[in-house]
This record gives sequence, C-alpha cells and structure tokens, in this order.
Amino acid sequence: MATDIGPPDFRAMLPEVIKKNYGKWKYHEILRPGVLKHVSEDGDILYTIRVGSPRLLAIDTVRDICDIADKFCNGHLRFTSRHNIEFMVTDESKVEPLIQEIRNKLGFPVGGTGRCISNIVHTQGWIHCHTPATDASGVVKAIMDELYEYFVEEKLPAKLRISEACCGNMCGAIHCSDIGIVGMHTRPPSRIDDENFLTWCEIPTTLASCPTAAIRRHTTEDGKKTVRIIEERCMYCGNCYTVCAAMPIAHPEGDGVAIFVGGKVSNAKTPPKFPRLASPWIPNNPPRWPEVVSAVKNIVEVYAKHARKGERLGDWIDRVGWPTFFRLTGIPFTEKHIDDFTGALATYRTSTHLKL
Amino acid sequence: MVEKGKTPMLDELERGPWPSFVREIKRAGRKKEAPNDLLKQLELSYKDKVTHWKHGGVVGVRGYGGGVIGRYSDSPEEFPNIAAFHTFRVNQPSGWFYTTKALRQICDIWERFGSGLTNFHGSTGDLILLGAPSENIQPCFDALTEEAGFDLGGSASVLRTPSACVGPARCEYACIDTLDLCNDITHTFQDYIHRPHWGYKFKIKISGCPNDCVAAIARADLPIVGTWRGALRIDQDAVREYVNNGFDIENEVVRQCPTEALEWDANLKELRLRAEECVRCMHCINMMPKALRPGVEKGATILIGGKAPLVKGARLGWVLIPFMKLEPPYTELKDLLERIWDWWDEHAMTRERVAELIERLGMAKFLKAIGIEPCPEMVWQPRTNAFIF
Ligand code: SF4
Ligand code: SF4
Ligand code: SF4
Ligand code: SF4
Repeated sequence: MATDIGPPDFRAMLPEVIKKNYGKWKYHEILRPGVLKHVSEDGDILYTIRVGSPRLLAIDTVRDICDIADKFCNGHLRFTSRHNIEFMVTDESKVEPLIQEIRNKLGFPVGGTGRCISNIVHTQGWIHCHTPATDASGVVKAIMDELYEYFVEEKLPAKLRISEACCGNMCGAIHCSDIGIVGMHTRPPSRIDDENFLTWCEIPTTLASCPTAAIRRHTTEDGKKTVRIIEERCMYCGNCYTVCAAMPIAHPEGDGVAIFVGGKVSNAKTPPKFPRLASPWIPNNPPRWPEVVSAVKNIVEVYAKHARKGERLGDWIDRVGWPTFFRLTGIPFTEKHIDDFTGALATYRTSTHLKL
Repeated sequence: MVEKGKTPMLDELERGPWPSFVREIKRAGRKKEAPNDLLKQLELSYKDKVTHWKHGGVVGVRGYGGGVIGRYSDSPEEFPNIAAFHTFRVNQPSGWFYTTKALRQICDIWERFGSGLTNFHGSTGDLILLGAPSENIQPCFDALTEEAGFDLGGSASVLRTPSACVGPARCEYACIDTLDLCNDITHTFQDYIHRPHWGYKFKIKISGCPNDCVAAIARADLPIVGTWRGALRIDQDAVREYVNNGFDIENEVVRQCPTEALEWDANLKELRLRAEECVRCMHCINMMPKALRPGVEKGATILIGGKAPLVKGARLGWVLIPFMKLEPPYTELKDLLERIWDWWDEHAMTRERVAELIERLGMAKFLKAIGIEPCPEMVWQPRTNAFIF
C-alpha cells in the first residue's frame, strides 16, 4: 500500500509549448471573450480557449473533454480556479474548429475572460453537504442562465466575480467577491436531540463553539444531560451544529440567502476588500430562485450602467458612496445593514462628507 | 435512469443556456444507480428546502486522518444507493494541469468504485470524486495511488491541500514559480496534510503576483503573493504603440495609479515612473501587458491570517514579511512555517485559526515568538491610543 506519494509532478502534465516557454511568457492579449493569446520571449504563441463548466461533471463528460484535448491539444488541458476548462493550442487555425467541437460535443460556452462575468465559484449545497442553508448548483445554474450574455460577451466595466457558498463556512473565497451569495439560517438550532446528545456531542466543546455564549447546559426531567439555546443571543451561525450533530439548524422556511457586494482580492488600484451587505435575506425558492436571480441581475445591470470603464463593482461603490448604491439599486436600507458584530464601530460614519 | 417526470424541479434545470449539473447527474445515472438516487434525494431537498444528508460520519483509508469526507443519507431506505455516499479529495497537480491519460485513469478508477460523479474542482482546489460506498473507499484509494499515481488532499484539522495560480506556466506576470513552490511544499508536508497534528485547519495558497488569482489573501492562513523589488520594466516603444493605436493612457493608466507614480510626457511620448512611489498594485501592467512588466528582482510578500467568517468574522491576510526571495529548496519559508505552526499549536484552543489566536494574544507576541522584527509595512498606521505600556 502506497501512502504519502503526494500529487503527481505538474511538470509531467504540461504541454510541450509550456515546458519550452516556462517562465518566458512575454505578454498576452484577449482576442475575444474566452480566447487568450500568449506570446513568449522566443516568439512562440499559445492560444487558450476558456470554457465554462457546471463544475459537477459525469466521468463520461470528462472523457468527452479528454477526446477534444486528444484531438486538438496533444492530450493536455487544464482547469482554472473558477471551475473553467482551458484548452490550449499553438496553431491559430485550430482555434475555430476547436470552438466548434466544444460547442457540438460539450455544449459548453466559451467566455469568462476580461470584462466578463467569470464562472461562479460555488460549494456543494444540498448535493453533498450536511450544513447548507441553500443549494449551490441550482442557484448558480439559475443565475448563469440569466446572466449568460455576460459570460460570452465583454459587456461590463471590469471583471465581475460572483461566488456562492451555501453556509457561513464559506468553502471558497466568496467573502471577497464582487457579488457574494451566502446561505443564511435565521432560526436557532432549537430542535435539540436530547436522546442522542451525549452519544454524538461533548458538552464543553459544544458550549465553546458558540461565539455569543448562547448555549447553556440543561438536564431533562428524566435526567439526561443536554443543552438549550438562549434564543435572543443566537445569531444563527451554525457553528454549534458543525461540532454537534444533535443540534440541526436547517429550517425550510427560515433558510435563505444573503447577498454581499463590492469585495475583491486583487490589489489592482485599490487594496483587497470585503464585500458589504446588500440584501440580508431572500427566501429559498427552488428550482430557479427567481428572487435571488433578479436581485443579482439588478445589481449587475446598475453597475454596468453607472461604473466607469475599468472600475470594479466595489471601487465604483466606494467612489459614489453607499447611499448612491442603495438609491440606484432600489435596495431598501434597514437596521440589518448596520453592523453590530466585531468591528462594527469602524463602519459608523464619522464625517459630514455627505451628498445631500 | 430516473423515470420521466419523477424529478420535475430538477428537470427544469436542464433547460437554459448554461451547462446543467442535472444533465451531468442523469448522464452518470445511465451507468450507475447512485446518481439516480442522488437526483431523487436532491429533488426531495428542492421540495423540502432542506438538505437530506446526515451530519458527518468518520470514514477513511488506512494510515490517513483525512482526505475522505463521510456522507450518509438521512433517508437510506428511500435512497439505498446513496445510503453511504463518501467523497474523495484528490490532490490536484499544481496549477490544475492534466494529461488526458491521467484524467482517463481517474475516470476508469471512479467508474469501478464510485458514482461516476466528480467536481473539477472543489473550492479547496482538490479534484473531488463524489460518492462511493464505505466498502469501496480503501480499494479506490489503493487504485488511485498505485495505478494512477494520485494521492489524497487534506480535510478537517490538517494542512489543507495547497494550491497555486497558473504562474510561470502561462502568465507573464508571475514573480515566483508558484507551481514548483506548491508542488514542493505539498510533498514536503505530506504528513501534515494526511494526519491531524493541530487543533484546526491551516491553508496555504500561492499567487504569482498581486492580482492574486487564487484569492490567497482571503482564504489562506498563509497567503503567498508574488511581487518584485525595484522599478517595474517599461518598453517605451510598446507604450507608444498602445498610444498610437488610440489607447487613452492618461485616463486609463496614469490617473488610475493609486500613488501617482506615473506620468505621461505627451511631447516626448514617454511614460515616466517614480519607482519609489509604486506600490506594485499591477494596474498599469494589467492595462498594458505588452509594454509593462514586473521588475527583475522577484520574490513574494508573505501574509498571515486570511480566513472565512466563521466564527469571529472574516479576515484578510496581514503583511508578515514584505519581501522574501523564494527559490528552491524554499528553506526560509519552510522554517517560518514550522515556527508559526509550533506557536499556534502550543497556544491555540481547538478550532482556533491562526488569525484568531493572533487577535487573542496580540501581534507583538506572535512576532516575537516566531522571531520576526516589526516593520511599518505591517500596519496601515501605528496605534492611535496611548495605552502603550
Ligand atoms: S459552504 Fe457550508 S454548506 Fe456549503 S459546502 Fe461548505 S460547509 Fe457545506
Ligand atoms: S447557531 Fe451560532 S450563535 Fe446560535 S447557538 Fe449555535 S453557535 Fe451559538
Ligand atoms: S496571480 Fe498573477 S501571476 Fe498568477 S495567474 Fe494571476 S495574474 Fe498571473
Ligand atoms: S503598479 Fe500600480 S502603483 Fe505601480 S506604477 Fe503601476 S499603477 Fe502605479
């Protein structure tokens, strides 16, 4: 039995042209949405075709992808950090036929570069996780169906990265996206399984897991040791359920999503920043989450209309100010938008610089 | 196959221009039963608006403390083929490059042992093999390592699978060899990836330049972001070519520079850089990749403490070492990691990320413990209060 062999060496996976020009790329151009051209110091040229995928793939689809890479790319390909597939060729005359083959065989779109919406980074949701407050794949599919044109055409002021996470664990970097969609619980984990509590959970660990000290010890009438929730202290973070299976927090009517806007990780022009709350809670409405889709679309369209060329969503909001953002999007500003967590005070305005 | 009409809500998601995950599940369901039960259980979740997966469940392979995520259906009688539906995190090759031969091997193994469903990739960076019964876990792992030469990534309280941007393989901006570094530390720290040594998880992500394409600053306990010292490089002829082709250099570059480090001399047709003012934000380079490039003395900024919100709020990484040269065998970085892990392991409570520990005990203590001298690059500004002593 082999253990700790680690991942295969990436060098064995690289196409010849990349081995030859490793570290020697000189510049690149975006020829059109989804098509990149990289030129090396030696004058070698590499064309990359970026293809959106649903992330969840059947192995027969992976084999189709391999067939295409065998036919056009000498049996090499890569994926991006945002679930896209990238096919690479050195011969310009292969670009068009390759795109045709992708269209015919996979039916996946080419795009997601430059001033496009990139593929939505997302998590497992109801397909494979135990803590979600919403689904991931379904929400993403519904949004991308509606925003499809922004993936295949460069129609935005700057790049726009949308991410979706189905609970506050936020697998993936959704908390620094231009638009972040997060599953939200809004009910406390009050259906505590007293029968199984001590089998599944440790009381001290469970108490310690709560950031607001909302969990207290409790003994049932028949003497079972368990816990109870001080409901007015609970902020529905679900951390207790992560450490203790006897405290399910999901609730069909209480669960939904929140939308945060204006984050980024790149240092270009302005420093990386967190997104801020736009919509505190939108109900889960499968299969197409119409309220979430239209909320996201509204933000995208307002941004596309008002931001300057090259301006990321968060940079635009910082320039025009949050009051303007709320006015233009028509999103109501409520007490929920005023921070009351760690770091809240730094967000209260201490200046009379106001647009009145 | 799931009979027609049994999953009306999910069938709806087969329509529309964006590729459909439902179609993928159905396609896998032509060969295996598990995807069909998955589809039916998912339809039930769409109806009930809650998940139908039970909490956790420990499964694993011999000798490892992670890498497989245990998953059990809460309705095993109704969905017997996914009663146990465990998931492998397979450590991706650096930069997510593959040969079709390697991918086909993985597909064949997964056809033998699992549901035939995958994620390319999970948000951890790993290649995800989604759903296998308990008895197949060990044989599937054996096949992955022995036949395909792949290994598992990290899960739970371990060093999570490091990941890196495409870097020098295809990006002219790369200031460090992200792929080699990622591969090297992944191999060096296999034990930490496969067996829990600490009270919680630790993530390392590597971006080749301040564009930070893998979001290192937002999600890695140790973000590594390539950068350079000295002046960025300007090819004046190429700059002129941009301008001659109608590029608005004044408005799109010069006025957008956050530190006013650039000046366009319209008479001499020359772009001037006050190198000491440049903060390496990448904006001008992003706008004119044919003309501008990072400087020649390359390395990385090392940060500390990026994380998602649970529990005490999200943190972006804080600057720890403004500039470190990163060349094989990366001894300085590895020594630093060991010192950080030692301090964190000694003082952290269970499930306390390194950022939370630094907040609780103070940055000064942390720096002292790991032997790093304070420098002004570490802060936005010095303290405002007089509670110094
Ligand atoms: S974000 Fe939360 S619910 Fe979604 S996959 Fe991650 S842990 Fe599970
Ligand atoms: S959901 Fe969060 S705040 Fe509420 S009891 Fe659990 S840990 Fe505490
Ligand atoms: S982080 Fe920088 S070096 Fe890496 S792929 Fe992105 S732009 Fe290129
Ligand atoms: S990299 Fe950024 S800070 Fe430096 S000159 Fe260019 S725009 Fe200005």
